[in-house]
Amino acid sequence: MSTRSIIDKQKLQQTALKVREHIVRMATDGGCFVGASLSAADLILYLYSEWLNIGKHNLDDPDRDYLFLSKGHDVPALYGTFVELGLMEKDRLKNHLSIDDNIYWHPNTKIPGIEFHSGSLGHLPSVAIGVAMDIKIRGGKNRVVCILGDGELNEGTCWEAVLVANAYKLDNLIFVVDRNQFQANMPTEELIPLEPLHDKFTAFGAAVKRIDGHDFDALHNAFSAYPFEAGKLNVVIADTVRGKGLPSIERRADRWFCNFTAPEIEGLLKELHGEHLSQLTSETLVVR
Amino acid sequence: MTYEELLTRQATADERFIVMTAENRALVRNIHAHLGSRFIDTGITEQTMIGAAAGLALRGRIPVVHALASFLTMRAFEFVRTDAGIPNLPIKLSSFIPGFLSDGNGPTHQAIEDIALMRGIPNMTVFAPADEDDLLKMLPEIWNYPAPAYVRINTQKSGYEHAPFELGKAEIIAEGADVTILTYGLLFAQTLAAVEILKNEGLSVGLINMRSLKPIDEHAILKAAKSNLIVTVEDHFLTGGLYTIVAETLLKHQTTAKVLPFALNEKWFKPSLLPNVLQHEGFTGKQIAEKILGYTTNAVQQNIAVPQFSE
Repeated sequence: MSTRSIIDKQKLQQTALKVREHIVRMATDGGCFVGASLSAADLILYLYSEWLNIGKHNLDDPDRDYLFLSKGHDVPALYGTFVELGLMEKDRLKNHLSIDDNIYWHPNTKIPGIEFHSGSLGHLPSVAIGVAMDIKIRGGKNRVVCILGDGELNEGTCWEAVLVANAYKLDNLIFVVDRNQFQANMPTEELIPLEPLHDKFTAFGAAVKRIDGHDFDALHNAFSAYPFEAGKLNVVIADTVRGKGLPSIERRADRWFCNFTAPEIEGLLKELHGEHLSQLTSETLVVR
Repeated sequence: MTYEELLTRQATADERFIVMTAENRALVRNIHAHLGSRFIDTGITEQTMIGAAAGLALRGRIPVVHALASFLTMRAFEFVRTDAGIPNLPIKLSSFIPGFLSDGNGPTHQAIEDIALMRGIPNMTVFAPADEDDLLKMLPEIWNYPAPAYVRINTQKSGYEHAPFELGKAEIIAEGADVTILTYGLLFAQTLAAVEILKNEGLSVGLINMRSLKPIDEHAILKAAKSNLIVTVEDHFLTGGLYTIVAETLLKHQTTAKVLPFALNEKWFKPSLLPNVLQHEGFTGKQIAEKILGYTTNAVQQNIAVPQFSE
């Protein structure tokens, strides 16, 4: 799918709501990293729907674009997107954490469309570099996206990767930071402050855009400007909200990994549609 | 032929090969001119180099990566395990100055747990050539085998002409009823000298160059167990290397043997030039022979005849 000049924002918002429903439904019977999945949902949906040349028809085509999910624990947003875009059977999501399938808390290549496993932070920036290097060597036009968490930026290898990507002028590579302001248990700025983040990436030699990661027009404007600057790594800092769409868990340090009861899930699905705030009584802090 | 000449020939003939280094160019000083963009130096970033090698391998490449053994196996361990081991990608690790070869660098540079670490990774294969001749005979098969591989690069010249290499097979140098010495890597030259001394003392001595540590040649170990004493000689911690492999193999086959290990037991070695290190740590051919004689006769033999040997 090539980049279109106009996006159907309303349709994207409707699809994003469905992706969020899938995420919420995965947050029971063992749970999932619901907050980080909800923050990344819009940017992942945008990329697969509007920008990346990735579809059921070309998953093995060496000329396809690549997306690497480096933070990994936001994979429910990817699965939700795959279901809505026809890359994955909807019923398969019911196998979340089943011993008979491969849908668990981090991505793995048993799921068609997932390029590489992740879960250990700070790995996929370098894996994405290797793919981008090979595309450069072969003179290809494919683009390589790597989505990172903001907490993940604590890992030194992320910054090594920025240095190496710029040394090799990988302007076919885009690091997207899901800047939801939280790492596992703490607001980032209270633990290991990242700001001024734009300036940090610029100082490391990247071409940076900072946008509202829930605004499809802003996402489209940013990615339509690819490559941002010839010979430079592209970085998109997507300002997002952890738990986006569920006001009862938004921006809460204690709602990182959640395992809700069945009635809570029903309440949260209504909350997604703006009906009312949920009364959550399940454990409020599950640290993984 | 040198290591670099062999690698240049392989990579020139096969477009899949990419030569990478984390700014350790000792083994690949001239290859850039031959490979152009298929030579990649990521700077002093062992972790990023391994991750990038995984990305290149995803695209069908065979990356041969270079770094100092200690940083390649320890600084980047989790990247090797997670990005090469889990997906079983054919990333070829060329580790520079492993074991005693780090001579005067000090304990930061002593990779003497590398065999233990690398063989603990599922899918990883592990090799330790005895010398340059052995290295050059082993590498083509290792590079073309579809698995990640760790190679203790050893360009020492021993003068011994090795048999052709077969992956998973040891090289039987000599067979003996009294003692069989199992070794790998640069200590091969010392064990050759030790064998001569022991033969002159009237012992029937076998010597096996293990070469391939994973997959391991269990048959060679079980055969060695038929002699009265197995001796393992390695520049590695006692834990996790050849001594452990022998123990695991004997246990797996529910058999026992007398085993005398030469290894570094819970200690780093005293840094100095290689001949001094060997002498200080008790790994010269003469010292190995003396200790074996003492073990076999329960008394250290004095005034034994010692032939000349290099280092």
